[in-house]
Amino acid sequence: MVAMPAPDRSVLDRRESIVAALRAIVPGEGVIASDVAMRPYESDGLTAYRQLPMVVVLPETTAQVSQILRYCYENGIKVVPRGAGTSLSGGSLPLEDGVLLGMGKFNKILDIDFPNRAVVAQPGVTNLGITKAVEGQGFYYAPDPSSQIACTIGGNVGENSGGVHCLKYGLTTNNVLGVEMVLITGEVVRFGGKHLDAEGYDFLSLIIGSEGLLGVVTEVTVRILKKPETARALLVGFPTSEAAGDCVAKIIGEGIIPGGMEMMDRPAIAAAEAFVNAGYPLDVEALLIVELDGPEAECHHLMERVSAIAKDCGAVTLRVSTSEEERLKFWAGRKAAFPAVGRISPDYYCMDGTIPRAKLPLVLSRMRELSEKYGLLVANVFHAGDGNLHPLILYDANKEGELHRAESFGNDILRLCVEVGGVLTGEHGVGVEKRDLMPEMFNKIDLDQQLRVKCAFDDKGLLNPGKVFPELHRCAEMGRMHVHGGKTAFPDLPRF
Amino acid sequence: MQDILKPRDANDVAEAIASANESGKRLEVAGHGSKRELGRATQTDATLELSAISGITLYEPEELVLSARAATPIAEIEKALEARKQELSFEPMDYGPLLNKTPGAGTIGGAVACGLSGPRRIKAGAARDFMLGVNAVSGRGEQFKAGGRVVKNVTGYDLPRLFAGSWGTLAVMTDITLKVLPRAEDCATVLLFGASDARANEAMAAAMGSSCEVSAAAHLPQALAVSIEALRAPGKSVTALRLEGVPQSVAYRRTKLEELLKPFGELGALDAGASRAFWKSIRDVRPFADGSERAVWKLSTTPSLAPAIAAGINASVGAQYFYDWAGGLLWLEMPNEKPQAGAVRTALAGRGHATLIRASAAARAAADILPSQSRMTHSM
Repeated sequence: MVAMPAPDRSVLDRRESIVAALRAIVPGEGVIASDVAMRPYESDGLTAYRQLPMVVVLPETTAQVSQILRYCYENGIKVVPRGAGTSLSGGSLPLEDGVLLGMGKFNKILDIDFPNRAVVAQPGVTNLGITKAVEGQGFYYAPDPSSQIACTIGGNVGENSGGVHCLKYGLTTNNVLGVEMVLITGEVVRFGGKHLDAEGYDFLSLIIGSEGLLGVVTEVTVRILKKPETARALLVGFPTSEAAGDCVAKIIGEGIIPGGMEMMDRPAIAAAEAFVNAGYPLDVEALLIVELDGPEAECHHLMERVSAIAKDCGAVTLRVSTSEEERLKFWAGRKAAFPAVGRISPDYYCMDGTIPRAKLPLVLSRMRELSEKYGLLVANVFHAGDGNLHPLILYDANKEGELHRAESFGNDILRLCVEVGGVLTGEHGVGVEKRDLMPEMFNKIDLDQQLRVKCAFDDKGLLNPGKVFPELHRCAEMGRMHVHGGKTAFPDLPRF
Repeated sequence: MQDILKPRDANDVAEAIASANESGKRLEVAGHGSKRELGRATQTDATLELSAISGITLYEPEELVLSARAATPIAEIEKALEARKQELSFEPMDYGPLLNKTPGAGTIGGAVACGLSGPRRIKAGAARDFMLGVNAVSGRGEQFKAGGRVVKNVTGYDLPRLFAGSWGTLAVMTDITLKVLPRAEDCATVLLFGASDARANEAMAAAMGSSCEVSAAAHLPQALAVSIEALRAPGKSVTALRLEGVPQSVAYRRTKLEELLKPFGELGALDAGASRAFWKSIRDVRPFADGSERAVWKLSTTPSLAPAIAAGINASVGAQYFYDWAGGLLWLEMPNEKPQAGAVRTALAGRGHATLIRASAAARAAADILPSQSRMTHSM
């Protein structure tokens, strides 16, 4: 288990006055201080970690968020922001001495602007809520994380959420136009808007995926797209994962970018099929779902090309969806893969590394070795188009030592991802979960460069501490130079 | 003429910056210097010329990834991509013609640092949307990396994206890893003739809000439409909408788009060849590449507000202008070398951003061309 920063006694001793101060800002039920009522907030999607916060506050206006943050800044109190609490990396895990700032009451859509193809929403609106608001006119919001029915757009901004369609349509960062954000000092700032490019630094790029460490988003402007006229899916089974990986590479190599391209391995196929009866073949090692969208003429043409490539690569089963129901059925198994695995194992631990696609066979075979070493089964679902791997490690938390073994196994998988040229996390975030693995990917200088960004926004380190960065530094220390003491006056370089 | 430091590799860059840091010297960061005349004149003690930090270091078409040293010529990258039927989808513009310099110069580092994105920006995204990873040297002379080589990556802050459009003020990039995409097999452009600015704006919004997957949308008022050869414009304003994809799809969407635009007026079309030439002209702001030093501004705003902003500036100073990005990008050429920043910003009234792109050296030295900087910019 990853250790959280030791609680500050001096803050805990002031708890009563802190609660009173927050009640003065947010009246009524907006401040929750009893253990029982705070219980729902003790954990997020990473349920292995639990901690009751010092107090929960649920503001309703940007002005309240500003006052809360200013109060916390002036009094040295830590703040953990939270959307719907669906983070799989512990991004909104509370701190014993911290205020949990729940943004759930920011649940309104403020502006729907079809001519400029933009929606302005409060951060507590769900991802799917945005699409629901515009689908009557044939529009949708493209990023679609599997938790889209529950996860909020504010949380999506915090985590730079992806989904199954991001190879073609991008991640959150490619689909957000602007935010209103409150800094830890209480200052309200805006980055971006309905225009495409700002002058000066592109702060939006920093905010998106910053995991609640830079500020609290109070409004989000997103780009919406017109729904493609048709979408068809292809279900292809392969005798080996190598063949499936080869097929993915050839499809892209031929210049085809499918709307979605997902792979599942044999254990994941079996679990999904048993759960939703999607009609998946059970005698294949790898299953590929390829979705093509656009005008019918385009879908039809590309479907034929993809089918030919798949056959060339040794596909043993191949089905094209003939109706919208059938297409959704193909997807149902994939979208339910996590709960499906949850049915066959008391607990599972979901990983999220990304690898260069060509390394897939190597990574899968090494993962099988690790599975034997740790004595735990693993099922794989894979965003094959963009190399984002979700190994699900099966374990039983009630068995002595299994959680620890699952975590060690997971860490080894992520080290493997980095070793082959990939990264620790593709879309779930570093959070608490992968915090201590950051040095596998970044050295001290790399991390210090990122910490300087943190210091520019939050000089006291009060926003979501204990997440993302393995070591906490005082910002004042960041000013020191730690390399090069030499007095070289640049002697070797040619001058003109 | 000030000192020019020519590092051979990233270690040299680090050493040069560390040494400059120690002695309190300020460095101008340059690749080919092709965009040196953009914006305000720098006041520096030496130039860090990166031209030797060049070459493609990794290109895996099936992984959609390319890495290159920062001063690799854009032309070299585009050639390598073209051989595998791929491209830089953000269509980086070539400032050569507009700035009265040789066309076709410039480096990938320069394009990224200046955040150059062309007409396809409205569909494919900006330069920053293609940034996957960087190796860079900080102002302290420390070499660091950020990001990676895979598309899906949320490990740490997205510094590679931040560096796009940071004009070399945050770090000196030495290696850049980009996402690349397949080139469309076919393209065509549907033209609408004679629409007013307001009507053209509506037509572009209707096209962008349709399922036609328009990959570029520009409007040239009559005075400028005649300047573009590919158009052979009949003395009317021209609104142009580009479609790209497989031939079957382009043909279908073209019919559909023409149906949609019929109520807006007389229609025409450009085939694939003419289409490519036309959008290159728009990308490179050819209508204002007139060899003059008349001030040119680039305005980024909400698309539907653009006609009113253009009319406001036109009324006060009499500028020439055209729209790209379905109205979200407004290119303005002032009547003379004076930038008239006050008039531009007054008309914009906080509804977007204005950047001075071309002006005489004297005008560029003046303080009023810069917008007010936020506190966060200073902290950063």
